Amino acid sequence: MRFLSLGILLFAFWLLLSGHYQTLLIVLGLVSVGICLYLAKRMQITDYEGHPIHLAAGAITYIPWLVLEIVKSTIDVTKIVLSPSLPISPTMIKIIATQKTHLGVNIYGNSITLTPGTITVEAQGQELMVHALTQAGANDLKTGDMDRRATAFEAEETN
Amino acid sequence: MIFLDVASFVLLTLGGFFVFVGALGLYRMPDVYTRMHAAGMVDTLGAALMIAGMMLQAGFSLVTLKLLTLLILFFFFSPVATHALARAALHAGVKPILQDEPGESDK
Repeated sequence: MRFLSLGILLFAFWLLLSGHYQTLLIVLGLVSVGICLYLAKRMQITDYEGHPIHLAAGAITYIPWLVLEIVKSTIDVTKIVLSPSLPISPTMIKIIATQKTHLGVNIYGNSITLTPGTITVEAQGQELMVHALTQAGANDLKTGDMDRRATAFEAEETN
Repeated sequence: MIFLDVASFVLLTLGGFFVFVGALGLYRMPDVYTRMHAAGMVDTLGAALMIAGMMLQAGFSLVTLKLLTLLILFFFFSPVATHALARAALHAGVKPILQDEPGESDK
């Protein structure tokens, strides 16, 4: 199942990058997709972590929410940069991620880093060290809204 | 068509604005970690808006799909790169300036 979807995705990517539709070239593309699939199989990276298609349904709601968060925090950071007094209060906090899998913690940590104003500096198991540009940003993170959403996103198993 | 041009003009200008603010922040912030926050704006919203503006210019073609792929890849790669940089800085012993201890900068 994952194997098939990875093959389709790889071929779509090949078509996208090449833009060739002649029979010979498409056959060559299919051959290269086949080689990639064989290598992926040998390396055993077609598991839930390497090719997480089971997250596709949850991504439809999670990604727009994350984009909205990025827009909000970008506006906050813009205000800080443009104000003459540079009102920053850098803070380093330790937060506990409640996701069950490495993939979930990875999604949460990367979501933190993607939103301007907070960076995941260190990840040890379930413990994340986060550097925040302002105290307010750190407090926002402590409320755990993003953590809950990332956990819900990870938990959406469809297969 | 004129509507598309205006929309892409607005998107490109806004994207350029955020890239500029990011660069300004990079200059104004005191240490490596806070600078990373400013740089984070450039590769998320700045890049996203500019790519969206370029997509409107390209119209419905393969180029638009390529730009979209680029945008998606940006959203996967940039946090990983930022995290790697921050972690490397921490492990190399660069201490972040924290609010509690003002003026404690060592590079």
